Amino acid sequence: MPAGPIAEKWTKYKAEQDLVNPANKRKLDIIVVGTGLGGAAAAASLGELGFKVKNFCYSDSPRRAHSIAAQGGINAAKNYQNDGDSIYRLFYDTVKGGDYRAREGNVYRLAEVSNDIIDQCVTQGVPFARDYGGYLDNRSFGGALVSRTFYARGQTGQQLLLGAYGALNRQIAAGNVTMHVRTEMMDLVVVDGKARGIITRDLITGELNSHFGHAVVLATGGYGNVFFLSTNAMGSNGSASYKAYKKGAMFANPSFVQIHPTCIPVHGDAQSKLTLMSESLRNDGRIWVPKEKEDADKIRKGELSPLDLPEEKRDYYLERRYPAFGNLVPRDVASRAAKERCDAGYGVGSGQAVYLDFADAIGRLGKAAIEARYGNLFQMYEKIVDTNPYELPMMIYPAIHYTMGGTWVDYELQTTIPGLFSIGEANFSDHGANRLGASALMQGLADGYFVLPYTIQRYLADQIGVARMNTDEVPEFNTVKKDTKTLIDKLFAVKGKRSVDSIHKELGHIMWNHVGMGRTAEGLKEGIEMIKKLRKEFWEDVRIPGKENSINPELEKACRLADFLELGELMAQDALHRNESCGGHFREEYKTPEGEALRDDKNFMYVAAWEFQGTENPAKLHKESLSYEAIEVKTRNYK
Amino acid sequence: MDLTLKVWRQENAKAKGKFEKYQIKNISPDSSFLEMIDALNEQLIQDDKDPVAKEPVAFDHDCREGICGMCSLYINGRAHGPDEEITTCQLHMRKFKDGDTIVIEPWRANGFPVIKDLMVDRQAFDKILQSGGFISANTGNAPDANAIPIGKDKAEEAMDAASCIGCGACVATCKNSSAMLFVASKVSQLALLPQGKHESVKRAHAMIAKMDELGFGHCTNTGACEVECPKGISLDHIARLNREFLAANLMP
Ligand SMILES: Cc1cc2nc3c(=O)[nH]c(=O)nc-3n(C[C@H](O)[C@H](O)[C@H](O)COP(=O)(O)OP(=O)(O)OC[C@H]3O[C@@H](n4cnc5c(N)ncnc54)[C@H](O)[C@@H]3O)c2cc1C
Ligand code: SF4
Ligand code: FES
Repeated sequence: MPAGPIAEKWTKYKAEQDLVNPANKRKLDIIVVGTGLGGAAAAASLGELGFKVKNFCYSDSPRRAHSIAAQGGINAAKNYQNDGDSIYRLFYDTVKGGDYRAREGNVYRLAEVSNDIIDQCVTQGVPFARDYGGYLDNRSFGGALVSRTFYARGQTGQQLLLGAYGALNRQIAAGNVTMHVRTEMMDLVVVDGKARGIITRDLITGELNSHFGHAVVLATGGYGNVFFLSTNAMGSNGSASYKAYKKGAMFANPSFVQIHPTCIPVHGDAQSKLTLMSESLRNDGRIWVPKEKEDADKIRKGELSPLDLPEEKRDYYLERRYPAFGNLVPRDVASRAAKERCDAGYGVGSGQAVYLDFADAIGRLGKAAIEARYGNLFQMYEKIVDTNPYELPMMIYPAIHYTMGGTWVDYELQTTIPGLFSIGEANFSDHGANRLGASALMQGLADGYFVLPYTIQRYLADQIGVARMNTDEVPEFNTVKKDTKTLIDKLFAVKGKRSVDSIHKELGHIMWNHVGMGRTAEGLKEGIEMIKKLRKEFWEDVRIPGKENSINPELEKACRLADFLELGELMAQDALHRNESCGGHFREEYKTPEGEALRDDKNFMYVAAWEFQGTENPAKLHKESLSYEAIEVKTRNYK
Repeated sequence: MDLTLKVWRQENAKAKGKFEKYQIKNISPDSSFLEMIDALNEQLIQDDKDPVAKEPVAFDHDCREGICGMCSLYINGRAHGPDEEITTCQLHMRKFKDGDTIVIEPWRANGFPVIKDLMVDRQAFDKILQSGGFISANTGNAPDANAIPIGKDKAEEAMDAASCIGCGACVATCKNSSAMLFVASKVSQLALLPQGKHESVKRAHAMIAKMDELGFGHCTNTGACEVECPKGISLDHIARLNREFLAANLMP
């Protein structure tokens, strides 16, 4: 972390840092795994600079990365609305929203480059929403008192990703980036203590291949799918980060998981994923449950319609508990409040749901205005639930959405393995214990376009003397490749009775019940034992049909689940050690008499970075203590 | 719901494929179509009569919310099945009746070879976009985002065009296997914006040339693509492409 006042750190860093000269850039190979906002932006920008980039994704096109699904928007400190926004305020909101568990210097830099992102995206042809004067429009999001969120209907992630994908395509055409689609990174190769490459599996032929890079960048997204049901894409996984962890890259704050308050409730056992209803809906929707248990009961039985319940019999619990922020409290607060009401017996639908009601907004602004703002979300809701949200209030419930935890990185986004970098949701860096809405897209693009392309050069400046390796001749590559082959053989050899999904679903239940929204020491310990047992069962009873040398989705899922079955335990261990409640991590033992989270800054104001010690041994804890110089640490208060 | 499924099975790109018939029971009408195939696959994996587990049906999918464009499937003769403006992952079983027989096939088009069962190779779409479907602007070159105002109408129309998810239903539906709707949506989006205008003629020609080279057919204006496009991409974009870039035969 560069010294000096916070507002000058990044400028100072850029001014003083080593760069690689253009002729040498061509001699340097960089592996970028992932083509989401982080990966596509990084691969394109590094290609433009003249590096030789090898880019990988598991889907059939880079455009399909999970980032495509982000709906609501992206933050920036432009202050186009003249409502008092600034770089400092965005920085402040992000640190506060993260409950003072993020590194100050990184977050300030994020806020600083946020404005460049919007400029860059507009130049790429991202059709952001505009007002009648032709200028960019903004909306507000949870955890902020200003309107700083840029959006493209309910498809912001899609449009930003297509922008980055365009830039990537241009570099592919120019020959600077080689794209490998339907290719999964299976493991990391470390040579003499430095990351030097990866082993991949071709998802069509099953072939295992070695790839060399002077540096390796992981942009592989989050691990929310450890819960089986989440808003993540089906293929989202934690394996790349986890494999790096097993090779020595520390894993930070694994238990910091975000539960999103506005998702469509679960319909039944066959459910394969959960659908998010963008948080932007909370701008105009009001959240409520019945005030009386009897009414909730009647609604659940279908004897009473929510429309029949008069105002005074409704409990707008967020507006009641948090008058200042109301329905716009941060996600963790909104999610816990919904769970609290449902656990207390006031839930609607299956009992695990609350209302998100647009009747007031439709009355105030007209149906057309609401349709213009949220039309595609309303349509999506109707297609899934089969009721019309213009007429009946939506039903929502919290679901796993985002992982703040991830690979530990320093100011340069480098992990504890030299030459291995981690960007986007895969790293832990900017969101502390809770991420604010519209900040993940900002972070992915900040890392990919504006931070990594600078910081990676300090490392690479030292590497120009290293010749490209012929991987066949490097024993480390051959060993790791053999290990991968052994893992696959071992999975096929089990020949058990249970499908991968059935075990994954069971893991999901354990995680949701024991490592979910309200955690207790007791429950976590129990959870750890259950995960260990399930992991054993997996290795004794999983059934992988099909062949190794062909397209085999069951094998792909099994490899990812094998890692989830270890990562889940690490998450529980982290949650168990953190004897406080902060952000998305809520321990029932640590709360105020009113039920609000009780942070313990004296003992826990640090990043917990875990070091791998073997699968069956507890990981070793390292603490990076956090200090705040530019910001006064306060209790989060949204009242 | 109890259903009969007739599913296209094909070992790999070179093998000959055929339909297999499966019975499946107790599907909830609230399940999505892909969750129904999940259930079929679970059944195939669990099939005890077969000691070597039967191979599940391979199909593409990822986001399961209609935005990544990864899912496909020709269902009872229609791309993305019997519902309007929807992808297969958003299709729900309540659109079918108990006892129905459902025929499930992959996209079929020259440009999209089948690689296994219901999976096809759509890399041709990436190649078309690599030939020019972008604005040439290096990272860091951008002026302030509000420096060039863009009329709301133009921005909205560009957004309509930009909604394409690259699924390929247009190609699969077209009797000529033309990728014109896909190409036109990108050409339109970028040509409507002041930032993309400068390269628009060159871009249009390069993308069309690439499309031809990759074995997609010509557009004969039958309009089937528009009907099956899950994102409602309008034929107007093809008209604009013809009018503004091809008819005048402006060479780059
Ligand atoms: C439904 C939804 C809505 C959201 N809405 C918003 C929003 O409005 N605003 C906001 O700021 N954030 C939002 N988020 C969060 C945000 O979308 C993500 O955090 C962000 O897009 C992650 O980007 P990424 O580049 O880090 O990773 P991803 O987009 O997840 O990309 C991961 C990439 O890695 C590849 N990959 C993974 N593992 C491997 C492997 N082993 N081998 C090869 N390739 C691999 C994948 O193919 C993919 O290309 C939303 C998230 C969800 C789920
Ligand atoms: S134009 Fe429509 S049908 Fe064709 S690829 Fe795009 S979204 Fe799919
Ligand atoms: S799975 Fe993504 S669009 Fe259907």
